[in-house]
Amino acid sequence: MIDTNHFLKGFKSIKGVRSPAIALGASFLAIGALLKNLGFSIQESIFSTFLTYALPGSLVMAESMLIGASLINIFIAVWLVNARLYPMTVALMPLLMHENQPRWKYYLSCHFIAVSSWLIMKDNYEDIEKENRLDFWIGIGTATWSVAIFSTIIGYVVSDFLNKDMIIGLAIINPVYFICMMISAMKTIQISLSIILGTILGPAFYFFSPEWCILFGGFFAGTIAFFIGEKNDK
Amino acid sequence: MTSNIVIVIIITSLATYLSRFLGVVSAEKIKETSNMFRWFNCLAYSTLAALIARIVIFPSGSLSEIDYLIRLFVVILSVVVFYLTKKNLVYPTLFSAIILSVFSSYL
Repeated sequence: MIDTNHFLKGFKSIKGVRSPAIALGASFLAIGALLKNLGFSIQESIFSTFLTYALPGSLVMAESMLIGASLINIFIAVWLVNARLYPMTVALMPLLMHENQPRWKYYLSCHFIAVSSWLIMKDNYEDIEKENRLDFWIGIGTATWSVAIFSTIIGYVVSDFLNKDMIIGLAIINPVYFICMMISAMKTIQISLSIILGTILGPAFYFFSPEWCILFGGFFAGTIAFFIGEKNDK
Repeated sequence: MTSNIVIVIIITSLATYLSRFLGVVSAEKIKETSNMFRWFNCLAYSTLAALIARIVIFPSGSLSEIDYLIRLFVVILSVVVFYLTKKNLVYPTLFSAIILSVFSSYL
């Protein structure tokens, strides 16, 4: 059902100098602490990371609960902030699909798509035979997801010992990790331009709409980069 | 568990899974060699870049308590560390956390 060798190979991506474990650990530690302060029980906090496993979504959930937003508003706000997962999934899944793999595995393993696991898979997929990529991916996903759940528990437990300065320190780790990973990913004109234009247009659109700036900025940046890249990349 | 919180968690997870699910549905019709795939690849990277830039420049949570010049300074310094350590990811991330905590407590 799942090829153990490739699963383990993917699972081991959390070891070593390019490990996402520190970044994931830091941010979900902060989430665990935040959920505790919001009045979640430890079971609810675990349940939240287990089922959602997407950081900005959990943050928006927490913010919405604080202001007492309605369920429908929470749904829309979370959907909006996590809508980036749609292009990410479309840009990943075709690389993993193979006629020898059952379809349920795609629909189950897409739950593991989050920024860190996605960037690791994009970084490594070329080294894996297409037939085995899905199992490799499930290994990466299981590993990163486990780190997230484990860190949520730790964050919940130690929240009383974290002061404001430590929380701020934890909060910068994830962006720094992502920026370094993105720099490593800049191998073609198309991808480099996507990243550079996204970095500029995302914040620029913030002045028009804080809610939509990521999607609008990302859409225009990616589309411009696509056309320029098509003309220049070999 | 309080049922209210559980419902919020389930709503949040459904709103999140929706994009992943629709992504797989669309991916089944897209070949990795197609223009469509390359376009979505660009959109994915640009959207991620936009998200990360937004977190650094217009953060919503605890990071907003730090002046944006300091945030930018720490991020740029961490990228320098990343290059100095031959693209090791452990050092720049730990470095950024420590230096920002120090800035936060003394500035």
